[in-house]
Amino acid sequence: MERNNTAALPLSHSPTGADTVKGFLRFVLQELKPKGKILTPFNIISGAIIAGGLVLIVIRFAFGLASVTNLSQEYPWGIWIGFDVVTGVAFAGGAYTLCFVVHILNFKKYEPILRATVLNGFLAYCFYAGALLLDLGRPWNVINPIIGNAFGYSSVLFLVAWHFLLYTICQFVEVFPAVTEWLYWPKIRKYAKLCTTGAVIFGITLSTLHQSGLGALYLMASNKIHPLWYSTNIPLLFFVSSIFAGMSMVIAESTISHRVFRDQIDPRHHASFDDILLGLAKGALGALFAYFFLKMIDLIHGQQFGLLATPMGYWYLVEMIGGILIPMVLFTVAILRNNVRLVQITAVITAVGVILNRLNVSVIAFKWYSANRYYPTWMEIWVTAAVICMEIWAFRWIVARMPIMREHPEFPEEEAGQKAAEVVQWKTSDI
Amino acid sequence: MSMNRRNFLKVAGAAGCTLLAANSRPSGAATVKPAEKDVGEFYGMLNDTTKCIGCRACEEACNRQNLLPPPKEPFSDEKVLDRMRDTTPDAFTVVNRIPNGKEPGQPAFVRKQCMHCAQPACATACLTKALEKTHEGMVKYNPERCMGCRFCMLSCPFDAPKYQYDSPSPFVRKCVFCYDRVVKGEQPACSEACPTGASLFGTRRKLVEIAKQRVATNPGKYHSYIYGEHEAGGTSWMFIGAVPPAQLGLRDNVGTASYPEKTSGFLYAVPHIFILWPTLLFGLSYLTSQKSEKEDGHGKE
Repeated sequence: MERNNTAALPLSHSPTGADTVKGFLRFVLQELKPKGKILTPFNIISGAIIAGGLVLIVIRFAFGLASVTNLSQEYPWGIWIGFDVVTGVAFAGGAYTLCFVVHILNFKKYEPILRATVLNGFLAYCFYAGALLLDLGRPWNVINPIIGNAFGYSSVLFLVAWHFLLYTICQFVEVFPAVTEWLYWPKIRKYAKLCTTGAVIFGITLSTLHQSGLGALYLMASNKIHPLWYSTNIPLLFFVSSIFAGMSMVIAESTISHRVFRDQIDPRHHASFDDILLGLAKGALGALFAYFFLKMIDLIHGQQFGLLATPMGYWYLVEMIGGILIPMVLFTVAILRNNVRLVQITAVITAVGVILNRLNVSVIAFKWYSANRYYPTWMEIWVTAAVICMEIWAFRWIVARMPIMREHPEFPEEEAGQKAAEVVQWKTSDI
Repeated sequence: MSMNRRNFLKVAGAAGCTLLAANSRPSGAATVKPAEKDVGEFYGMLNDTTKCIGCRACEEACNRQNLLPPPKEPFSDEKVLDRMRDTTPDAFTVVNRIPNGKEPGQPAFVRKQCMHCAQPACATACLTKALEKTHEGMVKYNPERCMGCRFCMLSCPFDAPKYQYDSPSPFVRKCVFCYDRVVKGEQPACSEACPTGASLFGTRRKLVEIAKQRVATNPGKYHSYIYGEHEAGGTSWMFIGAVPPAQLGLRDNVGTASYPEKTSGFLYAVPHIFILWPTLLFGLSYLTSQKSEKEDGHGKE
């Protein structure tokens, strides 16, 4: 494994100096400084959004939710839940799906994008679901269901809260090896790696339950959600759609990352990138098909064809055709023709369809009969944008420092590398 | 790779322990489901809309009892009856005048407040037990536990819980059935103030009997339906009137299934998933790693 500029020799002491407390602090402080140009157009715009968002957050905590949001007695949950949490978590579904493919099914092909995906999932949980704190009326009581003397076992939200916490920890364990490589802690890295499989298996189980749990929250709103969206299968629908939501997000995110972090990426990975995207498209297509048929079962069982010829029915068709059927066709065409560009475009369409679906369940088809419909204020949207910008900043900061997109020169994936070499040897010797 | 397998088992053990710990939670996910006998002994309130005269004495008594801020219009102002009102964070019960299509001169007056379901959706939804069904039948609120997620508001089929959106330290607000008075043996402030007996307080079982009797003995006066007897699995507050409940402004889309049952299927599936998923995943992971080991073995030959 050759790399210029980096000493490949084993070092007797940590090059980062992070093996002592003082050295660790010095190293982290030094790494906190921004790298690269500061005044780029992206930084200026996103910086302004974040600054404005922070002001709005202060206003929200000083004067209450009504000062910033349009939440009402009829609409207790707005886009901070419907978009930030419910949609954000669906998009983080890529992490558990990819972990399943790489760690459980042993498809090493997807390994190059695994760390970035898990990191993204981890940050999505921290920021988007963390935005939940803004929505809570009394966020200082958020630890009550964790440490509280009164566990509301019967609540789906209790389950979701616990799974959210545990899964965030699992994801941290999954990305932790990258942190140890960054700090140059080889011993801790060894132990951290041992925990990965356990964290992955526990993580997939938790994800299954809380992706579906987010849907199960809405089971209670049986007389409030339009029958085309309300179904006793919402948990299952949310789970299956989180798979293609996650896949489409991984495709979109890695496409952007490949442009932005071009210098980070291993040339070998560049070569396999198209192949990876096509593979992800196949996964997304499978999940889309399954989801489509599940939706059809609901439609037929509920005998809801009559509802399709109403305004909400047309809107339902927009979601189903635009967000499910068209992506199914486009992914099929893209896979048959090996068209990576089309895969990327379709991924974006699929993602928009998922956003539409989650917003329909949580906001648009929620109390569709109401005279006082909920619309988010510009401030709710601004804060949401600020949260997204913060997540991107955190992602960029980490990718620029830790071995997320690339392999650390001191810590190559030994087994995988060796195995690949052996297989090649065996193949050539066979000839 | 053989080293890895041992590590595998170590991790498996560790994860297994965590799973067992985690399992104990969701399996306890029994919903608030009192025994049949208890439901009968819950207290309740029978609202006979044929007796209510819309004097708003209940509103005033409620306001005083719960130390709520004085309303914009005084309780003697009958103009507020010209519009349909909903409860607010500062008004736990309101009386609405429902126009009578047949006889415009005789409108019905219908109270609106928390229905105190036998198996409340809100208390099931509450992850901190801030909302709790008491043995006396009230759905009580423990403000110090509440974290303000408002899942109770999303879940309640009657939209009873209201929220103080304009406060930096907000609470959920709703009728608590004068819990403090009832446990002392008194009746709620509203029924005590009611001059016509339109709001009748008693054990739920007795009230159902009274309601059935009234409806059965006066078929000309009453529409034969007790709203709340079966709605949402049965509620402590019940209504009878001259016309079907929907015409009294009472929600007819609530259904008779209890709300906790809507999520109990999902919650009962949780322990099963917690046992089956890791087993399957460990098995799969073990099998796929075996396969790649075999391939490696080939390479060495």
